[in-house]
Amino acid sequence: MEKKKKIEIRDLSVLYGGEEALRHVNLDILEREIMSVIGPANSGKTSLLRTLNRLNDRVSNAKVRGEILIDGQSVYKKILPDVLRRRMGMIFALPIPLPLSIYDNIAYGPRVHGIHQKSVLDRKVEESLQEAFLWDEVKDRLNLPAMKLSGGQQQRLCIARALAVEPEIILYDEPCSGLDPLSTAKVEETMVRLKSRYTQILVTNNTKQAARVGERTAFFLMGELVEVDATDKIFTVPTDKRTEDYVSGRFG
Amino acid sequence: MESARKPWNRALEFLIERAIFFAGIISIFFVILIFVFLLKEGVSLLKTYPLKDFIFGQKWYPISEPPSFGVVPLLLGSLAVTMGAIVIAVPLGMGAAIYIAVVAPGWLKEILKATVEFLAAIPSIVLGFIGLVTLVPLVKQVFHLTTGLTAISGSIMLAFMAMPTIVSMMEDALTAVPRSYREGAIAMGATKWQMIWRVLLPAASSGMLAAIMLGIGRVIGETMAVLMITGNAARIPTSLFQPVRTMTATIAAEMGEAVQGSDHYFALFAIGIVLFIITFLINLAAGFFIGRAHHK
Amino acid sequence: MIRISAKWTERIAFFFLLVSTLIIIIPVILITVMIIQKGLPAMNLEFLTESPRLGMRAGGIFPAILGTVYLVLGTMVFALPIGILAAIYLSEYARDNWLTRAIDLAIVNLAGVPSVVYGLFGLGLFVIFLNFGTSILAGSLTLAIMSLPVIITASREALGTVPQSFREVSLALGATRWQTIRRVVLPNALPGIMTGTVLALSRAAGETAPILFTVAAFYLPKLPQSVFDQCMALPYHLYVIATQVPKIKPHVQYGTALVLIVMVLVMNLSAILIRAHFRKKKHW
Repeated sequence: MEKKKKIEIRDLSVLYGGEEALRHVNLDILEREIMSVIGPANSGKTSLLRTLNRLNDRVSNAKVRGEILIDGQSVYKKILPDVLRRRMGMIFALPIPLPLSIYDNIAYGPRVHGIHQKSVLDRKVEESLQEAFLWDEVKDRLNLPAMKLSGGQQQRLCIARALAVEPEIILYDEPCSGLDPLSTAKVEETMVRLKSRYTQILVTNNTKQAARVGERTAFFLMGELVEVDATDKIFTVPTDKRTEDYVSGRFG
Repeated sequence: MESARKPWNRALEFLIERAIFFAGIISIFFVILIFVFLLKEGVSLLKTYPLKDFIFGQKWYPISEPPSFGVVPLLLGSLAVTMGAIVIAVPLGMGAAIYIAVVAPGWLKEILKATVEFLAAIPSIVLGFIGLVTLVPLVKQVFHLTTGLTAISGSIMLAFMAMPTIVSMMEDALTAVPRSYREGAIAMGATKWQMIWRVLLPAASSGMLAAIMLGIGRVIGETMAVLMITGNAARIPTSLFQPVRTMTATIAAEMGEAVQGSDHYFALFAIGIVLFIITFLINLAAGFFIGRAHHK
Repeated sequence: MIRISAKWTERIAFFFLLVSTLIIIIPVILITVMIIQKGLPAMNLEFLTESPRLGMRAGGIFPAILGTVYLVLGTMVFALPIGILAAIYLSEYARDNWLTRAIDLAIVNLAGVPSVVYGLFGLGLFVIFLNFGTSILAGSLTLAIMSLPVIITASREALGTVPQSFREVSLALGATRWQTIRRVVLPNALPGIMTGTVLALSRAAGETAPILFTVAAFYLPKLPQSVFDQCMALPYHLYVIATQVPKIKPHVQYGTALVLIVMVLVMNLSAILIRAHFRKKKHW
């Protein structure tokens, strides 16, 4: 069955000052797929994510050209940034728990969106933590400061926190760069299990991780999308020589 | 999850963000407002009293008949006291800043810094009072004067009061010099003092100039202490051992008696304009040096 | 010519550095000791709770203490909200453009305007133009404008120490800018803001020149009843009894100075404690 297009990126260019971070990118992301985005440093991967959820708006010299559509709606013309970001959770490179308790971290999003009823919040916190496979580890100490958790737990807390606002899309910006292999495995497992419900974009430096998790993989180089295809094709029979060099570890 | 956020929240946020913006630019508004109000009252003097006589007039006799409102003696009074204060404060302050920043061991450093901060916290009226009962008799005795209420007493007092500004800012400037500069010099066999003299001081010069500028600004604007200990004689000073009167002290001393709407009242505002402009320029200069220090 | 070895040059130089430091530090200690020593004998319940009598030579200084408390509170009421909002603008909204540079310049200059000029301004605007008269309202407003640059600068710095990543997390969860500020940035910057504000207020408490023509009264037979009344204030009271009341006993003067210093120091100390307390609790 053909999957529906969730995000359509049309001729997208991003500039910081005079520097081009992305150049004429065209890419579709399908509903409920995991799209891995790989490429060496400065290839524009992170810029892509921050343009998708408009965190780039904060950078005063950032300029965006082209079009991004979500469910056919223009991100920059038709949707308020906070509404957009709520539909699009983001997990950052390092786990960033807010200086609050575990409970309050998860409840932060729902509260921001106007939910204050204790019973509803309790349910949301539990559901989200369960979805991120953290519930069993923290259910007895929800009032503990989130900073006290281990790195891997913190990152799954961040995932749970993002899930608590019921996004449709989750963006991961090198989510395991600070984690040990065991924690990484747990985070990856979480992503795979979330596949049935969310569209996920995983930016990673780790080609093996991209191969393990992604259904499709996009390879970026110096701001350009070089190639996008099914993950096993990218890693076994890429069409572009540069992709082959990268995935075989010849540079980057 | 249906959005429980109510539409009026957005309107409220819009209003809050407007308020934030207005609060943000309010500083500009106040600077202009201060200038406008000084100008509004000060310029009224010119209706009856020529500008030339205010700026170049050498006599300040506000209540004689006819009065003269020459700002020169007051301006020179301020200048004399300020110059005296800076001559005293800069070398001492610099010495102390270097000592605190580089020489003093860690525990002593904290104590010294705390003491300087404590000095900054003492209200100037208290220092003025102490100066009046200790410094003034001391100056009289040491220099064999008929009165200790002189420009030099004011200079000493103001030098002391400017110390926190000068010492803390210079200390910051010295501390801000990258460690590698210092270590490089020491590694090449220089003594600590050679390192200070040849590396640290040149590298921190912009910040230290800014400190001096702000010190001058602090001194020239100080009111109560000079009012209490400089003797308040509005005549052109010929030596630091005479009583003088500064612009600030004149305003503070005479505004209480000046009849609102009289020439005397307007003249005091005109002095305020002069003060405002002088401090504005000094701060501009300080800002320039601070900017240069940051760009390095 | 005698060549002095580098080691000896250093010793001599360091000796002079130490001497300059001592020239600054020793008077501070002497002044403190003197005020405490000569002011303590004046301290008793009457001094702190009664009105002055016999032309300020006897009785207490309660009206002046109360007046200063009123002025500090008044200053806080006006300066704190505006100061915090202004700092929020500069830290969270302002972009790097000419307007921001103009604001920076204005703040630096407000900080440098002599306090007596604030007094003139307060007289011109609040007392006469807005017709508040010499009153607690006019004095508080004048002190508030004078305190603004300090509060803005300190608050802005405090906001700046909150990691950018906290803001991004909050925004990424769909919070608006203001929600992010209110729920994440402000709570984490609050200790710094409080420290700066208390320091600014302690300075305002000790100022004389700005209140000279806007609020301070030489002597009032009764306590102020409303914000449109004049009040006595500690710094001005000290000025009066130090210069205009002949044959006054020194311990009354020193006692007044001591009370003023203690008030200012208590504020400073609490600022330091706030800072220390929260620094310990900080997690990032």
